[in-house]
Amino acid sequence: MILNSKIPAGQLQSKWEDYKSTCKLVNPANKRQIEVIVIGTGLAGASAAASLGEMGYKVKAFCFQDSPRRAHSIAAQGGINAAKNYQNDGDSTYRLFYDTIKGGDYRSRESNVYRLAAVSASIIDQCVAQGVPFAREYGGLLSNRSFGGTQVQRTFYAAGQTGQQLLIGAYQALERQIALGNVEMYARHEMLELVKVEGKARGIIARNLITGELERHFGHSVLLCSGGYGNVFYLSTNAMGSNVTAAWKAHKKGAFFGNPCFTQIHPTCIPVTGDHQSKLTLMSESLRNDGRIWVPKKQGDNRKASEILEEERDYYLERRYPAFGNLVPRDVASRAAKERCDAGYGVGTSKMAVYLDFASAIMRYGKVEAHKRGLAHGDDKAVYQLGKDVVKEKYGNLFEMYEKITGENPYEIPMRIYPAVHYTMGGLWVDYELMTTVPGLYALGEANFSDHGANRLGASALMQGLADGYFVIPYTLGNNLADDIRTKAMPTDHPAFAEAEKEVSDRLTRLMSIKGSESVESFHKRLGKIMWDKCGMARNAKGLQEAVTEIQALKKEFWSNVRIPGEISEFNPELDKAGRVADFIELGELMCLDALQRNESCGGHFREEYQTEDGEALRQDDQYMFVAAWEYKGDSRFEMHKEVLDYEVVHPSQRSYK
Amino acid sequence: MEHHTIGLTLKVWRQKNNKAKGQFETFNVKNISTEMSFLEMFDVLNEQLVAENKEPVAFDHDCREGICGACSMYINGRAHGPWHNTTTCQLHMREYKDGDTIVVEPWRANSFPVLKDLIVDRSSFDRIIQAGGYISVNTGNAVDANSLPIEKHRADESFAAAACIGCGACVAACPNASAMLFVSAKVSHLALLPQGDPERKIRSVNMIEQMDKEGFGSCTNIGACEAECPKGISLENIARLNREYLGAVFSGDSQNA
Repeated sequence: MILNSKIPAGQLQSKWEDYKSTCKLVNPANKRQIEVIVIGTGLAGASAAASLGEMGYKVKAFCFQDSPRRAHSIAAQGGINAAKNYQNDGDSTYRLFYDTIKGGDYRSRESNVYRLAAVSASIIDQCVAQGVPFAREYGGLLSNRSFGGTQVQRTFYAAGQTGQQLLIGAYQALERQIALGNVEMYARHEMLELVKVEGKARGIIARNLITGELERHFGHSVLLCSGGYGNVFYLSTNAMGSNVTAAWKAHKKGAFFGNPCFTQIHPTCIPVTGDHQSKLTLMSESLRNDGRIWVPKKQGDNRKASEILEEERDYYLERRYPAFGNLVPRDVASRAAKERCDAGYGVGTSKMAVYLDFASAIMRYGKVEAHKRGLAHGDDKAVYQLGKDVVKEKYGNLFEMYEKITGENPYEIPMRIYPAVHYTMGGLWVDYELMTTVPGLYALGEANFSDHGANRLGASALMQGLADGYFVIPYTLGNNLADDIRTKAMPTDHPAFAEAEKEVSDRLTRLMSIKGSESVESFHKRLGKIMWDKCGMARNAKGLQEAVTEIQALKKEFWSNVRIPGEISEFNPELDKAGRVADFIELGELMCLDALQRNESCGGHFREEYQTEDGEALRQDDQYMFVAAWEYKGDSRFEMHKEVLDYEVVHPSQRSYK
Repeated sequence: MEHHTIGLTLKVWRQKNNKAKGQFETFNVKNISTEMSFLEMFDVLNEQLVAENKEPVAFDHDCREGICGACSMYINGRAHGPWHNTTTCQLHMREYKDGDTIVVEPWRANSFPVLKDLIVDRSSFDRIIQAGGYISVNTGNAVDANSLPIEKHRADESFAAAACIGCGACVAACPNASAMLFVSAKVSHLALLPQGDPERKIRSVNMIEQMDKEGFGSCTNIGACEAECPKGISLENIARLNREYLGAVFSGDSQNA
């Protein structure tokens, strides 16, 4: 099969404008007859469902949480990028496009990324109109801050709760459409199968998580907005319920999976404390605006941070990357932290942590405040107090969260941080129209592979989720549905629905009848350990081969020894989790295969065999300038297809942040 | 941080489903690290129950970083437990001593029926938002974001109200099971912004009407909601809601609501 990415012809700058001007439309009367299913209600799902509802389509939206407002987009902290150039610091659509392409280490599609940058400004307008309370300056205009991998200030934010505020905006737009009857909401429902009729996506089988009943739902098209798969590692910054199940079911029904090995390890998370750990908590990248990262210059230094003198500290990011300093992209910062800890310079009891220190930022802000108040020669204590107030206003909620979790006050003692799994750049392969290889099936937001290449820049996930939902899918869906207006809504007693439902019900029965002795949680932890050790921040061929064997053995064990208490036909969170872990196990194997075939290092994918002399990622552009799109061929069998990436405008070079 | 392990007695509400009668069940857990979160302590309990071939305790939880609003445990008579401005998932076990007994119940309110064990149905909150908790702007209608300057303090106040996570602790803490803090937070968030102005009267009237329809109790200014709110939503919002509501009702402009 030859992958057709359907990139419109013409100049990069005009592709999307041309597309919008020439794409097919569906007239209002026909829209009322067309049903669309949306899976997931995070930024991508809620914005898509609301926008399509406004346009007149009949939308059904599904989420596994008790309310659409709880989708994990809510936890995004730092901000959202947009090429507004409000700071007059030289930003432009092209520069945002360029930074994103470069940040992704030249493994994303130019046309998609340019479109993302081009619609970014409209996202901010839309969100402000909805009442999203972004941070503002005293003059009443919007405030911006910097994020990693860029040299301009283009990040809009709402304290450390930007994702929450954007999601609430999209959620309210969605609830309005629910009130108007344009969207039907199915909370506490999980998609467990895709239904295809004559090769096209025509519906889903969903399980009502409260009653355990299976339901059939028809849709002319199905949109997967179900997020990423970071929980394959067990420990990640994802919510406990975040899962790959909807995307994996679609994959097994013909949707290719793009670049599954591209996962993002976020540099600033609170370190693991013990085996009891259920998740890891992110400390926003925005903290790197003001926090300085360091370790002692001496190996195995057990002194307290306060006892280590300035000249005994190694600010290793500032040392290695003077141009970007603490604001290098995430993959670079994560690897640098791992390198220091592996070499024996780590801090804290586990020695698997580095310091993120605000002392100099507090003094710097304090001096500015003291100056404003005519206290230029104030004593250090007064300056410190003034500076602390400034830092509190910027990051107060994050500092409080850190203290609740660790019991340490980060104003007094530097934060201890370590990298953790955060985001997955890989996902279902989609064309320019966000359609997967199954006609009528789309993937939006983190669920698709499209815009971030091998590494996502900070504050770009929120941008992409909302770009896909508010500004892309309303056009591209119509362009395809225009050919479907004669298709009547299908009754769900169609044999395709019956067959899909039987598959789901057989699988659930099989899971429940194993009655083994090991808990779902335990299997999940074991999978996570294999993935983190062998397909984590650094990978090599030998480790990946071992991981594939170990995962296959784990899969066998799972299907013969998992213990799921309770019944099928009731509220059974253990059964929900079991289905998700079973899918994660299969995905884990594919991730290792993908990492194994990619004999290069790029972005978040670091193969130890491919590095420069000073330990930077070494790409192999002549061989691997492609998207690996995997086709499911049956149990543990996958076939790789390539979408070659053509760089018409940007010339890939080795990324340098020095 | 210094840490050690403790053992606890837990008295937990068990209820098979919405129709069944519930009761407390007592469990003992050992080797609880003081570095665990309260929900990780429940993970330990549930692993223990699975090992004994018993059904684990069902509870709502998702992000485990205090922002999604899913977790909802009533701990020793307090919504989200003893820590100020803290959700259940952010409460950590260093609060407790070896040998302590902890009683854990679901949110108690007629408008939040129990679905299973510690899980309640909070869809009434979504229906209140449907009644008017939004600004009616379709995608693509927006003007440039900086064409509408907003005073910093108003924007900050609006943000403080918008920080509500919809967990329902305010209702659980209130002896009348009133949802006034929740409703007032949304009304304040939108009324403080110029974008929210055109619909402010209709909004407050319709949201209050829906709140009453859902069976939430009346506000008698007790203040337990504010005290237990994990996001520090202020009672001032309720005062603002009352002004908004009265203004709307007396001006007669809410007729077409």
